[in-house]
Amino acid sequence: MTDLVETGTRSVGSSASKSYYQGDAFAARLRQRYAAERNFKIAGYASIGIAAVMLVVLLSTIIGQGYTAFWQTRIQIEATIDPAEVAPVGTTDRTKISQGNFNKLLRDALAAQFPDITDRSDRRKMYDVLSSGAAYELADAVMENPALIGQKVKLWVTASDDVDQLMKGYIERDAREENRKVNDIQLRVVDKLTADKNIALQFNDTLFTRGDSREPEMAGLWGSIKGSFLTLLVTMFLAVPIGVSAAIYLEEFAPKNKLTDFIEVNINNLAAVPSIVYGLLGLAVFLNFFGMPRSAPLVGGVVLALMTLPIIIIASRAALKAVPPSIRDAALGVGASPLQAVLHHRLPLAMPGILTGTILGMAHALGETAPLLMIGMVAFIVDIPGGFTDSATLLPVQIYMWADSPERAFTERTSAAILVLLGFLVMMNGLAVFLRKKFERRW
Amino acid sequence: MQLTVLLIVLIALTVAGYHLGRSRAVRAVGGRIVQLHSVPAYHGLYVALWAGLPAFALFALWSMTENWLVLQMALASLPERLSGGDISTLGLLKADILNIAQGVNPGRDSDPAVVAAAQHYNDLRSLGDWMVLAIGASLAVAGLVYARNRITSALRARNRVEQVVNWALIACAMVAILTTFGIVFSLVFEAMQFFAKISPIDFLFGLHWSPQTAMRADQVGSSGSFGAVPLFAGTLLITFIAMLVAVPVGLMAAVFMSEYADPKLRNWVKPILEILAGIPTVVYGFFAALTMAPFVRGLGESIGLSVSSESALAAGLVMGVMIIPFVSSLSDDVINAVPQSLRDGSYGLGATKSETIRQVVLPAALPGIVAAVMLAVSRAIGETMIVTMAAGLAGNLTANPLEAVTTVTTQIATLLVGDQEFDSPKTLSAFGLGLVLFVVTLALNMIALRVVQKYREKYD
Amino acid sequence: MQVQTNFAAKSPLPLDAEGTPIKMQARGVKVFYGPKQALKGIDIDIGENKVLALIGPSGCGKSTFLRCLNRMNDTIEHCRVEGLLTLDGEDVYGHNIDTVQLRARVGMVFQKPNPFPKSIYDNISYGPKIHGMASHKDEMDEIVEKSLQRAGLWNEVKDRLREPGTGLSGGQQQRLCIARAIAVSPEVILMDEPCSALDPIATAHIEELIDELRENYTIVIVTHNMQQAARVSQKTAFFHLGEMVECDDTEEIFTNPRDERTQGYITGRYG
Repeated sequence: MTDLVETGTRSVGSSASKSYYQGDAFAARLRQRYAAERNFKIAGYASIGIAAVMLVVLLSTIIGQGYTAFWQTRIQIEATIDPAEVAPVGTTDRTKISQGNFNKLLRDALAAQFPDITDRSDRRKMYDVLSSGAAYELADAVMENPALIGQKVKLWVTASDDVDQLMKGYIERDAREENRKVNDIQLRVVDKLTADKNIALQFNDTLFTRGDSREPEMAGLWGSIKGSFLTLLVTMFLAVPIGVSAAIYLEEFAPKNKLTDFIEVNINNLAAVPSIVYGLLGLAVFLNFFGMPRSAPLVGGVVLALMTLPIIIIASRAALKAVPPSIRDAALGVGASPLQAVLHHRLPLAMPGILTGTILGMAHALGETAPLLMIGMVAFIVDIPGGFTDSATLLPVQIYMWADSPERAFTERTSAAILVLLGFLVMMNGLAVFLRKKFERRW
Repeated sequence: MQLTVLLIVLIALTVAGYHLGRSRAVRAVGGRIVQLHSVPAYHGLYVALWAGLPAFALFALWSMTENWLVLQMALASLPERLSGGDISTLGLLKADILNIAQGVNPGRDSDPAVVAAAQHYNDLRSLGDWMVLAIGASLAVAGLVYARNRITSALRARNRVEQVVNWALIACAMVAILTTFGIVFSLVFEAMQFFAKISPIDFLFGLHWSPQTAMRADQVGSSGSFGAVPLFAGTLLITFIAMLVAVPVGLMAAVFMSEYADPKLRNWVKPILEILAGIPTVVYGFFAALTMAPFVRGLGESIGLSVSSESALAAGLVMGVMIIPFVSSLSDDVINAVPQSLRDGSYGLGATKSETIRQVVLPAALPGIVAAVMLAVSRAIGETMIVTMAAGLAGNLTANPLEAVTTVTTQIATLLVGDQEFDSPKTLSAFGLGLVLFVVTLALNMIALRVVQKYREKYD
Repeated sequence: MQVQTNFAAKSPLPLDAEGTPIKMQARGVKVFYGPKQALKGIDIDIGENKVLALIGPSGCGKSTFLRCLNRMNDTIEHCRVEGLLTLDGEDVYGHNIDTVQLRARVGMVFQKPNPFPKSIYDNISYGPKIHGMASHKDEMDEIVEKSLQRAGLWNEVKDRLREPGTGLSGGQQQRLCIARAIAVSPEVILMDEPCSALDPIATAHIEELIDELRENYTIVIVTHNMQQAARVSQKTAFFHLGEMVECDDTEEIFTNPRDERTQGYITGRYG
């Protein structure tokens, strides 16, 4: 007991410590330490809070700006399909009908509804409450039913984007006319239409049936949705077989040598290469060297496939690794070849994991934009793409382009497009989660 | 057309080969299948592979090189006076030939020689297609017959087939190497052309960036200037702002999740981070440009600061939010790799949780966290959409986060969107920037991955 | 034995049958991991400045009991402790007990040496630093030196205090961990199979050390090795399936066990 050493007031030894740990100095220090502990914990809550708040702000901004785009103001007009302006009664030839002057019919119909607006410039203002696409809608209706020629028809046609914004409450009625996108004449027309119940917000099917347009009210997402679909189809057919095969090789057959190491290093690095670099690769190799078509889902799909490949390989390897080697040993033990052991036993067991990884990789590809800008997929394309080599744009690229447009109505549609994109992503991720839950297995 | 026919013929022959091989094998042993070395299906596959593979390889090779090869031959047929021009006129010629060949009128009177070349092009194409059809079909038939004749009871059909499958698997794994080579090759090749026009020194150390070359050579300021330092500085500024957000928040979130949160809370927080990670970058870009930038601007102006509407701050903040889940999931991994025994050791001495985390866990996890931050930096440097949508285009050399700066990726994206001529330094400079971007991110990744690997080994 | 008498005079602890002051006492201690019961009511007295060995087959709850003594079980989710456990007569699980303070007074050494990835010096100074035990660097130096001396490690490491503790050999690492525990001046030291990861020579070193430390500390050691229990402890408790079967003087347990389960275990019939 003699080697008990006093160091100042405290000592290294059992008896003295008791007084120290139960003394006031230690109690005070303890309070401080617990305060620090609390602050640290608060910082932790705060960081989670920041992430949560940012997510809520982001989503609520986009939903708040975008949900109205799923409705569109339409105006009911009562037009007489004058055979003199369109085609003789009894015509069924679509091309002939389509050449008719439907614009004039619409204007006449409006003029008939508002006989008191006579001034030429006022009339022109009045005509502008209708979208420039309204004439096509009328033409479509007549083409569908040629018997309408010579008849009076009541039809809901799309209103112009400014009227639409007014109806949605984004334009202040009380502002001075020159500061207002909707002039007094139009305001009068809209009020009258409202009173007659001839103007209404209806479900915006244009958004899901049409391609891009310079007029926000006629612009739709169908072209880009289909473009995304075609592109992802190419991506899937390339990336999944190649990725899974590569994973099988690396996980099951690859000898431990320099080449294998090199492949692994490559995969790990490719997973972290900025996506825009894949775009440069696509531009230099596929477009310039191989002369593949610009703006085509084929090229977009190949580029996205190269980008997704590392993700799929890494996920598939993890899934294969999770299957215990004992399963393979069992298969080998009954005389299966190594390939059979993998294909018949380990691969099926790893399939849910591979599938989940693949879906997540595809979701990643669906949201990717930057590399597609390089290969000409950012282009104003009205037509709906029909094949893998048609010019097409993709959902995220469409968002990028619309985000650049100054009109308020396009901002609204951009947000709506984002909601559609997020909807697809939620579905894909939901599917992945579902698969994971359903097939989750513990070894 | 011919190629479609070939494809159908090949598929038919392959299927036929499978059945022929199978039945032949069964007949070879008189139906006593046990006497076969491999089951009949493998014999079928063996014949099918012989029938299909060589012809498919030819088909693939031809469809990849056809356009290029035929065009070169068509160009070669042009008289000297046309083909002797420089690259840009040659490019025009190519476009003309292709247009005329496809029946599109280029809109001006075409040189008869060009029309002839287009005709030649079409002829060659169709000739080539026919030849490939003929050769491909005969290859398939020959392969089928050869393989079918080799079938005996002793044939190790399974081993042969598995060998082919093995090679196919290797080929798939090699795609990763090919992709890397493709990236390096395309970047280096185009960047070399750029550096032939602009000295690398001027590019890497020049202080002035204005890539707009004039349309005509006689216009003022036609040369453009390609000093990329403002871009590097802008990239670093935005990356720095993003890291200021992402590193503390992401790291604290990871610490909180792995050390404090009970499972219930974790079930809430994890999806939040996963959703943040899953949101496409273009959405963040839209948010940065239309919500964050005006907000930052309004906030700055309310306290009397002049803030650019494309401030680096707005882009950096949103990028930081985007990277939070990236940092937190990587840090989560490294924090969880710290053995529980170290925590126990610290608790056993009477340390509080936060003391344990700050003085034991985090120092132990430091190498991994450093690597995570490096990966996050690499991610921020390479991020394109947020900066393309929310950062500026002018190359300001400034460290003021309230001003507009431009970044490497923004420039690449804007330089290469739309139609390009591949001989102008403006277009080629994008590849120079791309090369720098690739090298920097690659270096960061390699170092980070090594550090992580070392770190893992330490605690395994 | 001057200190001991002083100490006894300061805070009179209840004495056990042999007149040893009781440092820690367990009465009906039950531990549950979720729905699973790991300890089924343990009664034990831990005498001051004695070495108590806990023996028993794997999974019998001896480590669980050890971890109750300084509430290390608190770090395990879904772990619940019932019954009474006292340190100097104070309820360890009482409201006014602070785990930080408790663990400073009841230190712990683990199965696998777990030095922090810091220098040897920082490993030792970590505890005193967080508890604010030294106001000067000189004081800290002294604490570090004394702790290392007590752990018998000073001569081996005095020239490389700035080198990482993880660079030492296994036995040295474990002595470093003991020194680290001593540095905060605990009253009780809990040792959870401290030698199971060490070779025989290192084990002998640690056993000697335990014997020396007994003069100043109350020690509870969990061990698989019955010879070790016989060598280092004065009292031995035999645990079996979550119960404490028998607790007596070590000699008594090993020569004349009362329960046949104990006998079976020490004669090697199971375990």
